[in-house]
Amino acid sequence: MAAGKKEPVVVTGLGALDKPASGLLTWVDQRFPLMENWKTHLSEYYAPKNFNFWYFFGSLAMLVLVIQIVTGIFLVMHYKPDAAKAFESVEYIMREVPWGWLVRYMHSTGASMFFVVIYLHMFRGLIYGSYRKPRELIWVFGVMIFLCLMGEAFFGYLLPWGQMSYWGAQVIVNLASAIPVIGPDLAIWVRGDFVVGDATLNRFFSFHVIALPLVLLGLVAAHILALHEVGSNNPDGIDIKENKDPKTGIPVDGIPFHPYYTVHDIFGVVVFLMVFSAIVFFAPEMGGYFLEYNNFIPADPLKTPAHIAPVWYFTPYYSILRAMVWNFFWIDAKVWGVVAMGASTVIFFFLPWLDRSPVRSIRYRPTLHIYIYATFVVAFLILGYLGTLPPSPVGELVSQICTVIYFAFFLGMPWWSRWGQFKPVPARLTM
Amino acid sequence: MKIIKHTLAAAALLVAAVSTTASAAEAGIALDRAPVDRFTDLQALQRGAKMFVNYCLNCHGAQSMRYNRLKDIGLTDQQIKDNLLFTADKVGELMTISLTRKDGKEWFGAAPPDLSVIARARASGAGSGADWLYTYLRTFYRDSSRETGWNNLAFANVGMPHVLYELQGEQVAKFAKEKDPHDPSKTIEKFVGFEQTKPGRMSKLEYDSAIADLVGFLVWMSEPVAAQRKQLGIAVLIFLGVFMLPCAWMLNRAYWKDIH
Repeated sequence: MAAGKKEPVVVTGLGALDKPASGLLTWVDQRFPLMENWKTHLSEYYAPKNFNFWYFFGSLAMLVLVIQIVTGIFLVMHYKPDAAKAFESVEYIMREVPWGWLVRYMHSTGASMFFVVIYLHMFRGLIYGSYRKPRELIWVFGVMIFLCLMGEAFFGYLLPWGQMSYWGAQVIVNLASAIPVIGPDLAIWVRGDFVVGDATLNRFFSFHVIALPLVLLGLVAAHILALHEVGSNNPDGIDIKENKDPKTGIPVDGIPFHPYYTVHDIFGVVVFLMVFSAIVFFAPEMGGYFLEYNNFIPADPLKTPAHIAPVWYFTPYYSILRAMVWNFFWIDAKVWGVVAMGASTVIFFFLPWLDRSPVRSIRYRPTLHIYIYATFVVAFLILGYLGTLPPSPVGELVSQICTVIYFAFFLGMPWWSRWGQFKPVPARLTM
Repeated sequence: MKIIKHTLAAAALLVAAVSTTASAAEAGIALDRAPVDRFTDLQALQRGAKMFVNYCLNCHGAQSMRYNRLKDIGLTDQQIKDNLLFTADKVGELMTISLTRKDGKEWFGAAPPDLSVIARARASGAGSGADWLYTYLRTFYRDSSRETGWNNLAFANVGMPHVLYELQGEQVAKFAKEKDPHDPSKTIEKFVGFEQTKPGRMSKLEYDSAIADLVGFLVWMSEPVAAQRKQLGIAVLIFLGVFMLPCAWMLNRAYWKDIH
């Protein structure tokens, strides 16, 4: 309206908005805090200038989220959440829907890449102490996103209605039946049937495309709002807000997120897309890790596969579940398995309060700590690898050892995080 | 670096220990490798298609597959109609069969699976789906203890009879008794080789080649878009690597040159 005019248009009857509007932007700004948000979150959000490789994965997680939502919207247009039609409708998408194969492979690859990116993002938080005060809530929201994502992956995996979809869901829902007294009824309530069936498929579809994405988006917004409230951590683990320019009040080691980190992240996005495309176009099954071979067999409730393995991103917790083989205190081993598996994911919530180290970043921690982190990572990877294999006596023993290491890392943290000789932390960022 | 080396070495040892015990637990025969050059050879795919509709597409369906998709392997609608259209009237129809799952189960003990994506479903740690199919279709042998009179080395006690016996002929499998390496008190039967008891219409070499064609077709059918996918992938990676990557790099450098 007033965009081209030089003479100010007087708006009346709008109280505080009763100012001359000289352009579309002003017009919008008088009604919606557009520039204010742009400044708060981008052009005047001051981030430490020494972000390294590990800081790409936050924005990449956002990218994968968008990929999943957009491809998901198109998949829902053609997919049929019906036990009799689901498997074929996926093949229909792969063969007959124009570019359906690309959309489907992007979605299936995106699911795995989401976890790759999120695991690296969490690892970054771990080594640089990004969850420490005052960033506890960022971490708590982050763990909630992680759990929500696991739910999203679990519900979504049933939809192709292959053998692994079916029996994976059967195994996991059956875990609910391990709960004493109410367990068996609870499992039936979750499935909506005595076995995984059409009712289960429909409710999982509903959770996958409506309920959890809504929760996920809300949590992502909370995660970022909390981050922008307290400011980003950095590889040195120093508070850049403690060293502000006396005149401008801007942290001297901070740079505006836009344009510096937007152009930085664009570069990261291109590299990521190259990896992503290489998988989508040349190895969409990723050797059976992203798309399991057995899932090309339609679900058959009467034929249990010899070996049921979850997708790779769940295998560490699956190993922990299988590692519990003792009936402690007259309670069934299966119950302990479920408890251990649940604890292994929920324990991430407590990290900000378990870590008592005087410094945040691994850069200024004793060498001993690096060994402890390395041991934890190796134990996590071995648990993941073992979870893909059929059970074996050696595997069971190794997974039990790794489970102990996994929990010892977290539960021992209040003590070991204070051990050793810490290095002096510099006052300013090191580039 | 030293720390990383140490932990990696320890991890590698552990993983090696676990995977040897795991692979020892995995039973089954070693799979023969299917010749991969047949997967993209149009003539081989056409021969495979012919074999597929003649021998497989009667008990097995391929209900995700339309006849006219065969145009992708160089056939015309008319050629498809004249030579390959046995179970349908129009080339736009799906490769369905009239055998119901219920009847199939009654006749064979298990309903013959749909073959649309069988080459993808049969992949495992032991080899690709093609390797499994190539081994399976060549290792049927006479076994009077089975109802069909046939057994299979890759799929023990399979419900499917040897449909291609007139091509391959008949063979018997020879087993040698051997001590179980894990339990000396037991003996196991170890496969030592086949003996041809009746010749087929094809020599061994011709039969292997025909099976390679058929397997190639099954691989193609499991993902008809695979060739196009890889082609597009090259274009996408060139675009990203040759155009986008340098652009993003230079953009980043231009902005960051002031930051020290």
